[in-house]
Amino acid sequence: MRKAYGEALVQLGAEREDVVVLSADVQSSDFSYMFEAAYPKRFFNVGIAEPALVDVAVGLANSGKIPIANSFAFLFATRAVEMVRTHLCYGGANVKLAGAYAGLSDSFDGPTHQTVSDLAILRSLPRMTIVVPADPLAVKKLLPKVVAWDGPVYFRLCRNEVPEIFTGAYAPVIGKGITLMEGDDVTVIACGIMVARAIEAARQLAQQGVHLRVVEMHTIKPLDTGLIVRCARETGAIVTAEEHSIVGGLGGAVAECLSQCAPVPLERVGVNDTFTESGPYNELLEKYGMSVETIVAAAQRALKRKQESPSHAASEVV
Amino acid sequence: MISSLADQASTAHVYPYGAPHTAEMIADLSRRAYEYRAQVLRMVYGRKSGHIGGAFSIAEILACLYFHQLRIDPTNPTWSDRDRLVFSKGHACAMLYTCLAHRGFFPVSELPTFRALNSRLQGHPEPRKTPGVEVAAGPLGHGVAIASGMALAARMDGSSRRVYAILGDGELNSGVIWEGMMTAAKFALDNLVVIVDYNGVQQTGTTSHVMPTEPIADKWAAFNWHVIELHGHSVAEILDALDLADEIHGRPVVIIARTTKGKGVSYMENQPAWHGGIPDEKQFQIALAELEERTNEWKA
Repeated sequence: MRKAYGEALVQLGAEREDVVVLSADVQSSDFSYMFEAAYPKRFFNVGIAEPALVDVAVGLANSGKIPIANSFAFLFATRAVEMVRTHLCYGGANVKLAGAYAGLSDSFDGPTHQTVSDLAILRSLPRMTIVVPADPLAVKKLLPKVVAWDGPVYFRLCRNEVPEIFTGAYAPVIGKGITLMEGDDVTVIACGIMVARAIEAARQLAQQGVHLRVVEMHTIKPLDTGLIVRCARETGAIVTAEEHSIVGGLGGAVAECLSQCAPVPLERVGVNDTFTESGPYNELLEKYGMSVETIVAAAQRALKRKQESPSHAASEVV
Repeated sequence: MISSLADQASTAHVYPYGAPHTAEMIADLSRRAYEYRAQVLRMVYGRKSGHIGGAFSIAEILACLYFHQLRIDPTNPTWSDRDRLVFSKGHACAMLYTCLAHRGFFPVSELPTFRALNSRLQGHPEPRKTPGVEVAAGPLGHGVAIASGMALAARMDGSSRRVYAILGDGELNSGVIWEGMMTAAKFALDNLVVIVDYNGVQQTGTTSHVMPTEPIADKWAAFNWHVIELHGHSVAEILDALDLADEIHGRPVVIIARTTKGKGVSYMENQPAWHGGIPDEKQFQIALAELEERTNEWKA
């Protein structure tokens, strides 16, 4: 996903004079060095200083630039979050944050570098927009929309190579979820790398006669509540899947929506409110509850709960 | 008793950028600095909320900036080529609002709504609500880094616009200040002027007691800034320093303004209690009388 991001930045640089890129000295990690090489006068390395990274970007935004600030995802959500809250969200500075190495994707560096709370933290801030691309093409399609969006955006990026799931016809709109597979039994709402795994889970369950609807929710905020409610009413059960804690992220957001508007059984797939550990990326995802099998099991639980619920029984009678 | 400023014309006289520093101009700005203190006193007393001490210590600095140095247009607050002022010590914003109102950004009659429900004049600055406010402030320490971003943008645009930031001295406790200092020096931002209101007092005591920052001039110099030290209540010195800063090339400029917290009211001066203290009626009358006396001295 990194190479796609670097290429997308370079493309943006060619298309928009007002785009500037800043880094807290991680451009070799997140591949924003590709923009630095192409447009050195529009690239600023402020050193290992994430609060200053965000504040310098605020000053550039005040003066008509569209800054894309680059650092490791967890640092935006922790060390620099006061700057994000005060100036991007409260003050309205039009700064874009590119959070690299999100989820468990900085796998060998361990829990200090892994990022499983960023969606929860940043989602609580008024006026924040959060976008999570699911594959390299999504990075390229979404980044120009993030830059064109009026207001601050957190763009959450994975470090590693991920399965390609979209074709050129993919046309995401910020704030709108996309139904990738139709199904009537359970809806899986996924973001980021978990979208590919949700599709695989749907294929496996289809062989057992269970039909999952798969929704890609690339925008965590503002959340496409209309689509969620419709899926709840049409399929009667929901599973969320994210490379993030099950507390406060996509699963939390969907739970808030469902509990108020369309209470149906919900199962949340993600990190189960724990710190993780160092290790190979895919093995970490397996161990900490983000495997295809976990999604399959969650869907089966959700389906069972739906079938056992009184309202479902009543609707069957009707 | 000082007449209500709300009764006066909404915009005060502006001495254009580059105008000679006449004795009349110096006396007028010095006098107005005391009038504006009285306005701040009325705002805080009226709402029973706000920060007087740190507002009083920057009266002359803001008067020089808003009524002479800054190339701004109150009829077009978001003019892209305006000079920028980053008001980093946000708690002192009663003085900022007073200057903005008298400069014509919004009616002076709005000043008494400071900190009231539904007011545009928030307890700490909010750029989306208040014309003339550039960035949010309140949590301390942001000014140098934000101003650095503005200065970088001006350079990229090939613009001669300049960037100013007003910091408190207690604010220097914050680490991001020093990140910003390194950044501005790295990029040699000579279109940036930071003014430190070095009044020596922060919320719970003197800065030398709470968190010693001296020798402060040496610290900025060691970070490769051009340092100017001056008496922060001398309009003549401030005006000269702002001109001098325009002539410094290759390095950002910091003006260490030695000031007095609570300046102008005898019982408030240098007292940490008046960082956020609210006067009772008797204290209010004494303070108003003293400020009127100082104002009249400059009328002579």
